[in-house]
Amino acid sequence: MWEQIRSNQIRSVILVIGMGALLVVLGYLLGLYFFDSAIGGLVIALVIWAVMSLFGYFQGDSLLLAMSRARKICRDDHPRLYNIVEEMKIASGLENMPDIYIIDDPSLNAFATGRDPKRASVAITSGLLEKLNRDELQGVIAHEISHIRNRDVLLMAMCSVLLGTIVILAWYGSRFLFFGGMTGSRRSSGRGGGGMAQIIVLIAALVFMILAPIMARLIYLAISRKREYLADASAALYTRYPEGLASALEKLGASTGQLKSANQATAPMYIVTPFRKEGMKASDLSSTHPPVSERIRILRAMSGASFGDYDRAYRQVHQGGKGIIPVAAAGTAPIEKVIPQEKVEKPD
Amino acid sequence: MIAVYIIIGVVVVILILFIMTYNGLVRRRNQVRNAWAQIDVQLKRRFDLIPNLMETVKGYMKHERATLEAVTNARNLAQQVASAGVGERAKAEGELSSALSRLLAVVENYPDLKANQNFLALQEELTSTENKIGFSRQYYNDSVLRYNNQTQMFPSNIVAGMTGFKASEFFEVTLAAEREAPKVSFT
Repeated sequence: MWEQIRSNQIRSVILVIGMGALLVVLGYLLGLYFFDSAIGGLVIALVIWAVMSLFGYFQGDSLLLAMSRARKICRDDHPRLYNIVEEMKIASGLENMPDIYIIDDPSLNAFATGRDPKRASVAITSGLLEKLNRDELQGVIAHEISHIRNRDVLLMAMCSVLLGTIVILAWYGSRFLFFGGMTGSRRSSGRGGGGMAQIIVLIAALVFMILAPIMARLIYLAISRKREYLADASAALYTRYPEGLASALEKLGASTGQLKSANQATAPMYIVTPFRKEGMKASDLSSTHPPVSERIRILRAMSGASFGDYDRAYRQVHQGGKGIIPVAAAGTAPIEKVIPQEKVEKPD
Repeated sequence: MIAVYIIIGVVVVILILFIMTYNGLVRRRNQVRNAWAQIDVQLKRRFDLIPNLMETVKGYMKHERATLEAVTNARNLAQQVASAGVGERAKAEGELSSALSRLLAVVENYPDLKANQNFLALQEELTSTENKIGFSRQYYNDSVLRYNNQTQMFPSNIVAGMTGFKASEFFEVTLAAEREAPKVSFT
């Protein structure tokens, strides 16, 4: 089944390359315009990107945990939570036990972080810990462990760094272009060349600088939503009990409390979006997460617990659209899910 | 001359494919072994928990001798076959699982016991250990399936045959016994 995750990863990587291409073109245009040398702009863009990536790679998880004001717990602080994480670690075949953090916040949310599966953390809010029963908590933890196992954390961190670099470059670029455009063009016009071509380049650069961050953001959100579906599918597979996650999502979706310590940059790491808006439209293009109601419907429509079952349920909910998991995966051996048992009547 | 190069090229490609397949098989086999070690850890943990549990519940459940004995017997039996093959072990451990689940079902009739902090902690440990056994079995069986597929499917089966990779056994618990509704005995 890891083969399918890999093929899904390839798709995500293609999208990341698309974002990288945006960055390269942006750097190229900036360089061409401001320094008369495309290479100069490229180098600047790549240096900014590299510095941010390195920082994100080595410090990202501790920064994220510090920003969300999470405190680390050990086994004795909360044996049940520790046990559940260990259960999911075993089910997913993760090598090392992730660190567990609790965020003291009454809102309901959870996230995973860590650059590789060997050194990862899961964090959940104290509100979530209180409101969910064991099965539901297991579903949530399974979803987070799936993010670790599928290496989504690293992918999303890379994406947000790329997005951040593009946004920064485009912001400064367009400001300089706009305010310094008239005077700045003096530098270039010294070379001769001609006004018409100059204006075309100026307009093209301006349009691109406005569009690049938007496109990058859309790609970023598309990747994020895709990984959420995949993590849901993996959670169902690990627990063999999609209902646990479904009912947890129901509770998460019903709560309206916003997580105080979350922000735009950390949003895709959480199990449901930390920003709750009234009446948010389904399949909103501007969201990091698919709508909760839809995720619940897919999970409840699963007839088994395999990726194939998730894919079929996804199609069913989306009325015969394209599946979310590559077709090759859909034909795997059937995996049974656990059917919630009726309470056994005890004779008195 | 060209023919020689072609032959050398083909040999090199075959060699590379052979090495890659071999390494893949080793990786899968190690995964199976590692998964088996995981089950082992959890089964041992359960062995260790049971005497504790017995100590705690004994005082409360004086009328459940049969249920308690069933657990102790199943534990002893499972311990005897601890070094036996996968199939035999799976059977004994399955018996122990169902004996334990019967015991935990009976607990519902003892409100005093359910109020005991010590017991509650033990119950969580036991439930979690049962889950961990289940999940490690699930992972083990998945690993075995992938490994066996590779040892039996063409063309990797050729490499597996030449270098002595043999299919592994699944850890199958008789599901009928496990899924059975807990019986309450009145002795």
